[in-house]
Amino acid sequence: MASMTQESQGSKKIFHYAPGSLLSVADLSVADVSAILTVTTRLEQMPHAQRVALLAGRRIALLFYESSTRTRTSFELAAKSLGATTTLVSDKSSSIEKGESLKDTGLTLRALGAECVILRHPSSGAPFVLARETGLPVLNAGDGMHEHPSQALLDARTMLMRLPGRNAAKANAKSLDGVTVVITGDILHSRVARSNALLLPQLGAKVLLCGPEQLLPETALGLGSGVEIVRDFDAALRRSQVAMMLRIQKERLAGLELDLADYIARYQLNGERLAAQAPDALVMHPGPMIRGLEIAGDVADGPNSAIELQVSNGLSVRSALLLRALNAGGFESVTV
Amino acid sequence: MSGILILNGRVIDPANGLDEARDLLLCDGKIAAIEKPGSLKNAEVAETIDASGLVVAPGLVDVHVHLREPGQTYKETIATGTAAAAAGGFTTVVAMPNTIPVNDSVAGLEWMLAPERGSVVKLFAMPAATMGSMGATLTDFAALHKAGAVGFTDDGKPILEDAIMREALVAAARLGVPVSQHAEDTHLTGGCSMNYGTVAFRLGLRGMTVEAESRIVERDIRLLQEIENSEGLRPHLHVQHVSTGRALDAIREAKAQGLHVTCEAAPHHFTLTDEAIGDYDTNAKMNPPLRAEVDRQAVLAGLADGTVDCIATDHAPHAAHEKEQEFERAPNGITGLETALGLALRVLHRGQGLSLSKILALMSAAPAGIVSLSGRGSLSVGSFADIVIFDPAASWSFAAKQSRSKSKNTPFDGAPMLGRVHATISEGRIVFRQ
Ligand SMILES: [Zn+2]
Repeated sequence: MASMTQESQGSKKIFHYAPGSLLSVADLSVADVSAILTVTTRLEQMPHAQRVALLAGRRIALLFYESSTRTRTSFELAAKSLGATTTLVSDKSSSIEKGESLKDTGLTLRALGAECVILRHPSSGAPFVLARETGLPVLNAGDGMHEHPSQALLDARTMLMRLPGRNAAKANAKSLDGVTVVITGDILHSRVARSNALLLPQLGAKVLLCGPEQLLPETALGLGSGVEIVRDFDAALRRSQVAMMLRIQKERLAGLELDLADYIARYQLNGERLAAQAPDALVMHPGPMIRGLEIAGDVADGPNSAIELQVSNGLSVRSALLLRALNAGGFESVTV
Repeated sequence: MSGILILNGRVIDPANGLDEARDLLLCDGKIAAIEKPGSLKNAEVAETIDASGLVVAPGLVDVHVHLREPGQTYKETIATGTAAAAAGGFTTVVAMPNTIPVNDSVAGLEWMLAPERGSVVKLFAMPAATMGSMGATLTDFAALHKAGAVGFTDDGKPILEDAIMREALVAAARLGVPVSQHAEDTHLTGGCSMNYGTVAFRLGLRGMTVEAESRIVERDIRLLQEIENSEGLRPHLHVQHVSTGRALDAIREAKAQGLHVTCEAAPHHFTLTDEAIGDYDTNAKMNPPLRAEVDRQAVLAGLADGTVDCIATDHAPHAAHEKEQEFERAPNGITGLETALGLALRVLHRGQGLSLSKILALMSAAPAGIVSLSGRGSLSVGSFADIVIFDPAASWSFAAKQSRSKSKNTPFDGAPMLGRVHATISEGRIVFRQ
């Protein structure tokens, strides 16, 4: 059977993207993840004056076809904290010429001296196009329904910091051994869910996906063997040390055989449910969250919540990713 | 002195059940003689081809190609597309109507088929079934048929409305030609860019379900039954590029009931699965999309058991800048004329054990029969001298940049092929030589 499939394939062309690109967490080996975490920790301990010299004079473009205050600000502040010059090209500005192709926009940015592009795009796979066509290192800041790899890295770091007995400064295939993470909500449309479901099992975690059929089709099992579907949130929660909640967009529920009240009753993470099923679980949310819908306000602000830590980890991890993209700040010497 | 003598070849002519050493004499664009080796050696000809170790077969027939002319000659022209056909061993191709403008008039059809277009091989066309392929008003079937139409199709789009499809089947049945259907229930495929399944989930792309294909096939079969019962006609439905086991099951059952249904399968569907999309390779984007392994196996089974009547390439050239886009934005389609035989021999002959004769039937006699081409698709004496000569044992790799097509959009760049075309002869003229 295996040889049959081999036989059936066309040519398999392996495209070599610029080193330092991060298009999917599938691109990362555990050693890569470890190197990123090591540099992240080193950066946090570094004096400001030293840190701001790391990318002094380097040029980074933020190409945002989709607005995202949170991710854009995080990347932008990360770049500035390292002394880099940033340019924001967004769908709101006139810089994205109407009708110009992603390839041509990328070539223009390259010609203007951009050394790395951070791309947010409504179309799944767009970062691959940009990376192929420009040869530049590209950081995927969210593409369509596909992935958000920097989010998964910051989530992993958050878990390693908050769960007992873990080391957030490096990683191996057992870093999250014994940890079960339940990701609940609109898995189908969530790039955060995909990136986490691919990354966390690499570090030894078990991932439970939870949600109604319409937001979580059985095809999600194709993400890999570390992933399981559990429809009953209470049952999933009981098995978990981490509860990652996803934002629910009301318009996605409309048209499904699912009303808001029913969704809340079955899938909301509230104080009562948390206390009953997993009183010690770490609560996470990639934001922006809708308090009172997928998550109750008191849980978001409660002692189990790591939501603010996720945000600050975002800044540090993205700083490390920028150093990696530009082959600086220790990544020259870290063999990955 | 004219004519060509082809000596010492292994002549495979599925239409006549022949697979033996024969010499072949071509005169005045027709097959003049086919005899035991040595019997024709004294014939006076302009050219002799030594086909020792090679297969000599009817030129291949493709009932489904897009030649992009008029309107999109930056992708392909009739001249370049048919040159690619010749290089692939095809001597007859049927052009689809989704040109700009859509081929929906006698003037348009005549323009397309005119010698000035420079077709290298024999060109036929299926004009649109509805005006502008908009699915609302039938084209003038009778006039178009008189002008050479070999069938009708809105390919690229399905004929969605039951009433219009029924009308089209009735009108085509009166003329004895097929309605060729692109089976896709577009109500179910909005925003979809690949096959529905685990790969689509991982890539975050919306997927077309197998039901989107089978629902239209099942609907069309119901219409056939209904027309046979009520009108006393025997309409012919040809289902294009079948890609799912579900649709094949429906077709298999309809055939068992005696309905006149035929279908084609494309080489990419029996060779690749949706895994070939890899990291959003738009050269693996087509419609119907590459499916899961279970459907690829169903297509292989359909080819083996006769449910699939013929192989058709759906040759669909697109310019590089169109494919160098976000996956969801890039157009559907791949080139296919130069890789069809090499893939069929590799996957179906070597991989699945189908005989050369069976594969050649799927690529010559059967497609010629579906569109009722007389004097083509066989090596009978008196037929057109449409011939392909190929080395069935040659292993080679396809290089897209060497393609005769104007476009290079293929997932098979660098892919292994089995069987190499040495020469293609169209109506007695050598139109390709390795
Ligand atoms: Zn089609």
